[in-house]
Amino acid sequence: MTQTIEHPVDIAGRGVDQVVAEPAAAPASAAEQPATHDVLIICYSGELEKTWAAMILASTSAAMGVKTRVFVTFWGLQTFVKDSRRITGKNWMQRMMSFMQRPGVSHRKLSKMNFFGMGPWMMGSLAKKYNVASPKELLEVAQVMGVEFIPCQMTMDMFGLTKDDLIEGMGEPVGAATVIGLMAEGSAPLFI
Amino acid sequence: MAALEIAKTVDAKGLSCPMPIVKTAQAIKEIPSGALIEVLSTDKGSTRDFAAWARSTGNEIVEQSDEGGVYRFVLRKK
Repeated sequence: MTQTIEHPVDIAGRGVDQVVAEPAAAPASAAEQPATHDVLIICYSGELEKTWAAMILASTSAAMGVKTRVFVTFWGLQTFVKDSRRITGKNWMQRMMSFMQRPGVSHRKLSKMNFFGMGPWMMGSLAKKYNVASPKELLEVAQVMGVEFIPCQMTMDMFGLTKDDLIEGMGEPVGAATVIGLMAEGSAPLFI
Repeated sequence: MAALEIAKTVDAKGLSCPMPIVKTAQAIKEIPSGALIEVLSTDKGSTRDFAAWARSTGNEIVEQSDEGGVYRFVLRKK
């Protein structure tokens, strides 16, 4: 199952597999093999199609043996609230926000063609027909494959979210400095 | 050709991107280094995707064929 990460920003173990496996073996193929960096996905949007893209890339990145982190912030954090939570927040404004847009990975809306839920329903039907895994399935598989999902502390404060509101297996909340720090250390960033 | 000893088969037929790759990555953890895994996929992106995956992970494509729209890969675990 998902392991709880005590230090989501600790990158001491980063790329160990690659480092161990890469050299000596065959210089010819080593030249072909690109250097594997960490991938850092900044999941900012809470829209269905962007959430989907982020989850596809996160699970694929982990499958490729690349150390993968997803920093979830602003609307993106709403995706990582438990599906069962209906209203979140401490004050009326925070509660009103969650009422206006239901949190949870299964309740995402399209940025275009939402049509009061008809668009997402059609997307869901098409996905089923063509055997495309749902964002929820991809999120679960990404967690199993060791993708670290790291919530933004500031967004949690602003929306009045607690660790208990979020799905199981999330990392410790961090801030922008951690994100920039990872990029500065060579993580390939993706802002979605 | 002598029949290869397949340790595990991943049937990803009908699944769309990225599940054939994801399922293969999960399944290959269950076999020892040097063992062979067979993957069946109908995703038309598979040929390029599995080449990229093998390159990135260091696993080797031993055999590859297109049997009437079913792509078959035999991969050796690094």
